[in-house]
Formats: sequence, structure tokens, C-alpha cells
Amino acid sequence: MPQEYKLLLKHADADGYSNDLECYERHGGYAALRQALTIAPAGDNTPQAQLRKRVLDSGLRGRGGAGFSCGLKWSFVRHPNPKPVYLICNADESEPGTFKDRQIIYKDPHQLIEGMIISCWANHVNLAYIYIRGEFTEGAKILNTALAEARAKGYLGKDILGSGHDLEIHVHRGAGAYICGEETGLIESLEGKRAYPRIKPPYFPAALGLYMCPTIVNNVETLCNVKHIVEMGAEAFTKLGTPNNTGTRLVSLSGDVKNPGYFEIETGKVTLGELIHDENFGGGLREGRMLQAVIPGGSSSKVLKAGEIFKLGEEEIALLDVPYDFDTLMKIGTMSGSGAIIVIDDSRDIVECLANLAEFYAHESCGQCTPCREGSLWMNKALHRMTHGEGRAEDADYLKHIAQNIQGRTICAFGEACAWPVLSFVEKFRDEFEAKAK
Amino acid sequence: MPDEAKVEEPSVIETIAVKVDGKQVAVPKLTPDWQGKLVPTTVLQACKHAGIEIPHYCYHPKLPVAGNCRMCLVHVGMPGRPGPDGKPPMNEDGSLKIDPMVLPYERGTPKGVIGCATNLIPGMEIYASSPETKEMREAVLESLLINHPLDCTICDQAGECKLQEYSMEHGQAESQFAEQKVHKPKAVDLGPRIVLDAERCVLCTRCIRFSADIAGDDALGIVNRGSYNSIATFPGAPFDNNYTLNTADICPVGALTSKDFRFQMRVWFLKETNSLCTGCATGCNTVIGSRENKMYRQEPRENDAVNGPWMCDSGRLDYKWIGSEKRLSKLNGATDWTTILAEITTNLEKAAVTSVAIIASARQTNEELFLLKKLADKFEAITDSVPRNGEGDHLLVNADKNPNSNGARLIGIAGETLGANLPAIAEGIENGTIKSLIVFGEDVTQHGISAALLEKLDLLIVSDIFANATTARAHYLLPGCAYAEKRGTFTNVKGQVQKFMKALDAPGNARAEWEFLHELVENVTGQNGFSTIEGLFNQMAGEVDAFKAKELNWAALGDDGVTVEI
Ligand SMILES: Cc1cc2nc3c(=O)[nH]c(=O)nc-3n(C[C@H](O)[C@H](O)[C@H](O)COP(=O)(O)O)c2cc1C
Ligand code: SF4
Ligand code: SF4
Ligand code: SF4
Ligand code: FES
Repeated sequence: MPQEYKLLLKHADADGYSNDLECYERHGGYAALRQALTIAPAGDNTPQAQLRKRVLDSGLRGRGGAGFSCGLKWSFVRHPNPKPVYLICNADESEPGTFKDRQIIYKDPHQLIEGMIISCWANHVNLAYIYIRGEFTEGAKILNTALAEARAKGYLGKDILGSGHDLEIHVHRGAGAYICGEETGLIESLEGKRAYPRIKPPYFPAALGLYMCPTIVNNVETLCNVKHIVEMGAEAFTKLGTPNNTGTRLVSLSGDVKNPGYFEIETGKVTLGELIHDENFGGGLREGRMLQAVIPGGSSSKVLKAGEIFKLGEEEIALLDVPYDFDTLMKIGTMSGSGAIIVIDDSRDIVECLANLAEFYAHESCGQCTPCREGSLWMNKALHRMTHGEGRAEDADYLKHIAQNIQGRTICAFGEACAWPVLSFVEKFRDEFEAKAK
Repeated sequence: MPDEAKVEEPSVIETIAVKVDGKQVAVPKLTPDWQGKLVPTTVLQACKHAGIEIPHYCYHPKLPVAGNCRMCLVHVGMPGRPGPDGKPPMNEDGSLKIDPMVLPYERGTPKGVIGCATNLIPGMEIYASSPETKEMREAVLESLLINHPLDCTICDQAGECKLQEYSMEHGQAESQFAEQKVHKPKAVDLGPRIVLDAERCVLCTRCIRFSADIAGDDALGIVNRGSYNSIATFPGAPFDNNYTLNTADICPVGALTSKDFRFQMRVWFLKETNSLCTGCATGCNTVIGSRENKMYRQEPRENDAVNGPWMCDSGRLDYKWIGSEKRLSKLNGATDWTTILAEITTNLEKAAVTSVAIIASARQTNEELFLLKKLADKFEAITDSVPRNGEGDHLLVNADKNPNSNGARLIGIAGETLGANLPAIAEGIENGTIKSLIVFGEDVTQHGISAALLEKLDLLIVSDIFANATTARAHYLLPGCAYAEKRGTFTNVKGQVQKFMKALDAPGNARAEWEFLHELVENVTGQNGFSTIEGLFNQMAGEVDAFKAKELNWAALGDDGVTVEI
């Protein structure tokens, strides 16, 4: 029977574990940092370069949504750099269905801070920020307390543990907008402006990020993993999970399962079916219910329909047998995104489900660029018309037309995020949409 | 303009080869950005070089790039990524392989790039007029129009609206939109001079960027989210800097309008005349909009050597006096110009050398000052003009409020410090050495030559356009013209000699100063001058050193003018 594999969540929920520094240190905390700071130069390779290489070799991929190689992202920043390099921890966690980063922030904040300090050291960063979702008021307090503890102990501030490296980390609270999680929107917001995402090119954070300086933006979970890579070594990390899908993933499981919640799994070692049905995970659907659909990677990912069979090269694979990883989900036309699985059973009106999502996106579009600004509300209005008895035979194509006008034409990936649910729901459940015609 | 706006000239213009709509073109590798700095040429600029206009709303050559409207989306083909050997993929014939861009996650669907923010890559193919590009444009236009009130018939921008224009050129006949439109505030008072119709706004942020980045006033922003976004000011902080009206110029649609101009006149009825602002020594280039001898507005005319595309609000709105009822329009001293000029000539001929003084105005044109200088030379007259100082700012406004102080200096009417001779003139009148005074366009009683002194004169010849204490004492009063009623040139603070054209007829008997001065000079000096402004200018250009050095002539001034040494 598939099991959880607890790497990041090893202690968080353990009895008696608290989020203070003393408890963290008692459980071996900050040993990885000490280790990282004492790496000796090897030939031309600075300790920092060696660390970055380790992260690259570990195969760590971003846990914020896109699954981009963390080591590769770091390599885009030139060293030595004439400008200050910043690191930002993206703790905005707003993708509907996602509730994993907050587990660490609330229960094990020092794990994140240690991961950040190591990452800052590795990337020559002297000033870092944690951009935390506005609604996490308590989380912000916890982080600030933890940062103060770390500062008092010399893990932060001037000359960290005698390394000669200075580092300060500040917590910045968002003010309640999903778009603040998009990295360039986040940067604008951090600069005190409206969170209007920047155009890329030219504003790639690695070159022109915070205050137009090179900036690394990583998700909470990604940064925590850095600590474990240092602790266990890149080689051992690659043994976790599956090739190119290394390490563990925090999965947020919600919707129509008996046992919703968060789980940590080895990436790709557990299937969607197991996550939904196994006792160790979702525990199955409610009595008498059948699976209708699965949204596999946060509300922005393309929906999968119960019973779907996918072709992977020569092989065929059924929906429930899909291993939960980055690559397979991409190959079947969707993504594992933020690791949030939303299960929809047959009691749900699928058009209503989509209308609900569309409302979220219409409300959260920042409105900067034309296709998303106008299209997100347009789709929402159309869907709500349909769920209010005013559907038309042509609405499926109509929705598709609107969504196609958005994807690939916007400033930020919110365009895809709002178009993909519509495109996939309409494609896979066309009958349901057509059935809404008056 | 700020210093950084100066355009650097590349020593050799390097070019880059791209294909636009199948045609190979070589375009400059670098193009000036909004601040004049040379940066890599974009797809939009490359198309412009190739003679193809990419439609755009948010892009403005003199503003930072925003990339938000997506109107400039174009489908392009790119060279592939270099392989392990470091070489990009090649065709069989050895040429670079170019692949039309597709969505990375849906390889059958073409992907566009925004022309305004995408730099050229050697070998790039730009499908500026392809069906794929057209489809992207239509989609953006459709999105822009779904919530638009479509009230063009009552919109002030009609005829100058990019939304209207692009819908005709690039739009689909019909939108599929079947929902309720979003309603937003209309006729919002943003400040004393600007009104916003939020429903017509396409949220291109040109106005925001202009205010923040050019005018240096972070006064405008966007409130709400998504489709409800709306331009707004901070509560209690009206949009009120000295450059607000430029936002109405650059607003691509009818969302921002000038309170001064809105609903006054359909733009297509307006006659356009190139002119100059006379509000200060900067000499912003303008276009006057007039109809049936009435001036309705003046707008900035782009000239990078002077004002870029901008002008200040106070200069722009300083024109109402031109059509005033109070303008001087009657001759005083005789019934017609021939008689009055003959009488003045007779009187002047009696004047002894050095008994004449001339106070000209630095609001007069080079040509007028040149003719007055001829008169002055004849009588060895002492001359000067009146200084007019105020406050300048960081952008355009100059502390010298005369449009032609430099002209007065170069022509020799005034010295380095305008007004330095005025006390001597006052003294001359006082002690009786000066018996005749010629005054143009100034109320000298405000400048140290009292009414009592004027009363002492044997001969006071005055030309002006409004009555004042000086005109009241004139033996001969010659009604002159506002700048909009004549032609001529000014020399601005930087030495830019620029010309302006006639938009309106002068009221009643008023007459362009250069015309009657030309006659007077001919009468008095016996020299034969030129009776056209072009001829007069060219004659002056041959005699005034600074103009001679640049071999100026009227035609060569062009629309932008020429800089002379000051
Ligand atoms: C609309 C939108 C919202 C996003 N929200 C979040 C978020 O809440 N948290 C997050 O970590 N990443 C979010 N992202 C992804 C970030 O832009 C960025 O890719 C990520 O923080 C990079 O971290 P990683 O490489 O460690 O995954 C969002 C992206 C988009 C387009
Ligand atoms: S895609 Fe949507 S969220 Fe992103 S910049 Fe454009 S309007 Fe804003
Ligand atoms: S008011 Fe005009 S210039 Fe300003 S954002 Fe709207 S359309 Fe653009
Ligand atoms: S800056 Fe001077 S010349 Fe330019 S518009 Fe203003 S007043 Fe007129
Ligand atoms: S002109 Fe607006 S996106 Fe390029």
C-alpha cells in the first residue's frame, strides 16, 4: 500500500513539536546551514558555486506551479554581479485548492528560514523577503517571531555564524490578491505598487527583478527542499521520487473525497487513483458516488475526466493510474501545478463547477492586459448566464472562442490559468454544456 | 526637454536583416527609446521602417513601454535554438531554419509576440499581415469593444479615435458578445482641465505613464480590478499639474478630454495651421485648430529639438484673448493705412538723428525686430525691449516669458540684459534729448517710462493689440496682430529659429506689423525691402550675423526650425 514519505513534513505534525527555535534545533535544525557555510572551496569552485551545483544536480523543480528547475533558475543570475541580488520567498499561496505552504509556515517556520538562508548564501544574497499572503496574519506573526529568534542566535544579521556573510530577511504581507503570487506582480507589489505583472521580455526577474536588480523568486516548498538537499546530498535526493521528478511533493487534496487534506509523497511514486481512493490518502469518494472529474494541479490546470485513457507513446494509461509527478501530467495535457488535487464527483453540475472557477478568475484578473481583463469577465458572465437557465446551443463554442482569445496572448500566465479550465471543461464535457441550452 | 532626451547618433548605422511580410529588409539595429537612448530595434519599429504600421494603443514612442493593450500582437518566425554544436538548425540549402512561433503547450496554435516590446533577432520573419496576425488583432479589438458603449456619434474623439480607426481597418464585422456590458463612471472630473469617460477608456495607461514619467506627477492610477478597472486620482488630489492636457492628446480614444475643447467643434471641421506658443522662451511647436476665423484649440506639434510632443497647459490655453472684443482694430490718427504711414513718415523725416528711441517687444517676430532695427539705424536711435521673467520648471516652461528675447539680442534691438537701456531712454525724454518714441507691443508706463514722460514727447508712435496707458497717449496708434494672425519667426531660448503660419484674419483694420513696418522703413529709409515674409526673412538672414553663419533661409527652416549660435 502506498505510503506518505515525510521529508518536509517530518516533524510539523508530530506530537509535541512546536514552531520555536529551541524545538527546531532539538530536531537537528540549522545543522544544514552550518554544513553549507563550512563547505571548502574546491579549485575554482567557490562554496557557493558548489552549493548551486548541488541544487542543480538534485533535479529540484519549482513547487510554485511551473515546475521549472530550481538550479537552472539560479544559474541565470550572473556572479559576481554589479547589482545586489535579491531572493524572494513566494508565500502567497493563493491557487484555489492549495494549502501546503501554510503547513510549513505555521508549524515549522525555521525549516523555511534555514532553507532561505542557505539559498541566500548560495546566491550571494544579502537581503531577502518573504512575501506572505495577506490572509495569513498569524503566519506573518509566526515568521516574524522565528526570524527574531534566528537573528538573536546569529543565523541572520551581520556575519552569519562567522561566515562573513550578512543577511537580513523581511516579511512582507500581501493585501489580498491572487495576482500577487505571480512573481513579477509580486515584485511590483513588494516595491509598493499595484501588482501589475511585468512584461517578459525584458523584465525577467533573474536580470531585472526587484528594484531592477537580479532576483530569485522561489516557492516556500522549493526553498525548504534546499535545506534537505544540503543535508542528504544531491545524489540521495535524486533517489527520492522518479527520474526528472525528484524529491517529494506536498499534495493538497480537496473536493469530494472522504478524507481531504495534505499529504507528502515521493514524486511520481503514488498514482492519482491511490491519492483519491487509498486509506492513507483520500479514502475514496462518498458513499454511492462516482468520480466525474479531477483537477490535478490547482484550479488553473486542465481538468481530467473520469475514465479517460491517455496515450503515452506506445502505452496507454488510465486516469487513475497516472503517477502524480511533473512530467506525466504534462504529457497527458495538464500539469501538477501547485500540487492541489480537486476531486469532483457525479453529484456536481460540471458547468456550475466551471462557473465557480470563472468567477474566481474574473475577480482576480488584475486587468492590465486586454485579453485577460475582458475575457475573464466575459467567460464568467456567459457561464453564469448558462447556470441561470439562459444557456444557448452555441455556448460551448462561444466559450472556446473567448478562451482561445486569451491563452498565449497575455502579459502573465494568469491568461492560461483562466483559459485552460474553460478550454478543458468545454472540450471534455461538451454534452453538459450543450445540455444547458434553453 | 530633459537632457537625457538628446538623441545619440550612432557613428555607423548597423543594420539587421529581417523579413517583413516576405520582403527582406535591413533595419537599424538600434533605435532611440522614449528617452532617446539607443536600444535594440523592436518588431513594431522594424515594421515601420518597412512601411507597415502595426496597430497599437499603449505604445507611444515618447513613453516607457507598457505592453498591456496587446493590439500590436504579430505572428513571427524565429530561428530555432542552437543545438549541441552551438549552431542553430539549418535548412537543406544551408540557410537559417525559421519556424513560425507556436504555443509551447499547443503546438498547432500560432503564438504572437507584442511588437512594441519584442526585439529583433537576426533572421526573424515578421508576418505582419498574415491571417494569423489578423486573427489576433481582431480578437483584441473584439475584447476592447465588448464593454465599450459604442457611442461614437456623441463622442468628442470621433475622427481622432484609434478604436474607431482600427475597428474599421482591423475589426471583425460583428462581435459574438451576448452578455451585459460593464458600466463605469462617465464625465468624471479628474481635475480642473480634464474629464474622464471611464467606459471609453482602453486602460492603455498612457496617461498614467505620461504623468508619472514625463510630468513627474504620480497623480493618476488605476482602481478596482479586472474588467472593472478604472483610471482615477487619489481622493482629494485632483489631476492638476501644468501638463495635464497632454494626456487628452495621447489618449488614443475619447476617454480623456479637455474641458476647454470638449463639445466645441467636430475635429474634422477644423483647419490646422502650424504655429508656435508664445508663452515663454521655449517656443513649443503647435498646431492651431480654427474654423471660420475662430480659434478652437492649439495642440503641441512634435519637435524633438524643442518640446518633443508636449506643451504646458498654461501655454496651450493662453489664446482666448486673440478673439477678444477688446482688441484694437481701428487706426488712430488717420483713416487708412496709407495716410497714416505717410503722415508718420513726414513726421519722422523731421526728427533729428539720435532724437528717436525705439522700445520693441521681445514678443515680436525676428522680421519685425529686424525692420525696427533698420529704422533705428537710420536715426541712430537708442533701442531696447522689455524683459518678462517668471518661473521655469523641469520640463518645458522657461523662466523667460518672452518668446523672442534671443531674436531681440541677435538682431541688436536689445543687449544681453533686456531692459538695460530703459532708464537711459527715460532720462533722454526727461532731459529733452529724445523727442520721438516708437513703442511696439508694450505698455512702457509699466516699465519706468511714466505717462508724464510720454506727455512730453513730440511724437509717440505706438503699435499694440490691446489698449493700455501707452496706447492712450499715442499720437499714432497702429493696431497689430496676434501671432495666430500673421507669419514670422522667433528665436527660442536655445537659439532655435522657428517659423509660424497664419491661422486667422486680424480684426478690423489691424494689420501684420511686418507688413506696415516694411512700408514705413521703405518710406523713411528709401531702401527697397522685400514685401513677402519669405523675402524679408532671407534678407534678414543675409544681414544678421548669427543667421548668416547658418546660411538660413525661409524654406530651409522647414517645420522644425534651425538652431543658430546664441
Ligand atoms: C496567476 C499566478 C499566481 C501564482 N501564484 C503563486 C503562489 O501563490 N505561490 C507560488 O509559489 N507561486 C505562484 N505562482 C508562480 C510564480 O509566478 C513563480 O513561478 C513561482 O513562485 C516560482 O517558484 P518556484 O520556481 O519555486 O516554483 C503564480 C503564478 C501565476 C501566473
Ligand atoms: S494576464 Fe490577466 S492577470 Fe496577467 S497581467 Fe494580464 S490582465 Fe493581469
Ligand atoms: S484614459 Fe485614455 S490614455 Fe488613459 S488609460 Fe484610458 S485610454 Fe489610455
Ligand atoms: S512651455 Fe512655454 S512655449 Fe511651451 S507651451 Fe508652455 S508657455 Fe508655451
Ligand atoms: S502596443 Fe500595446 S501591447 Fe504593444
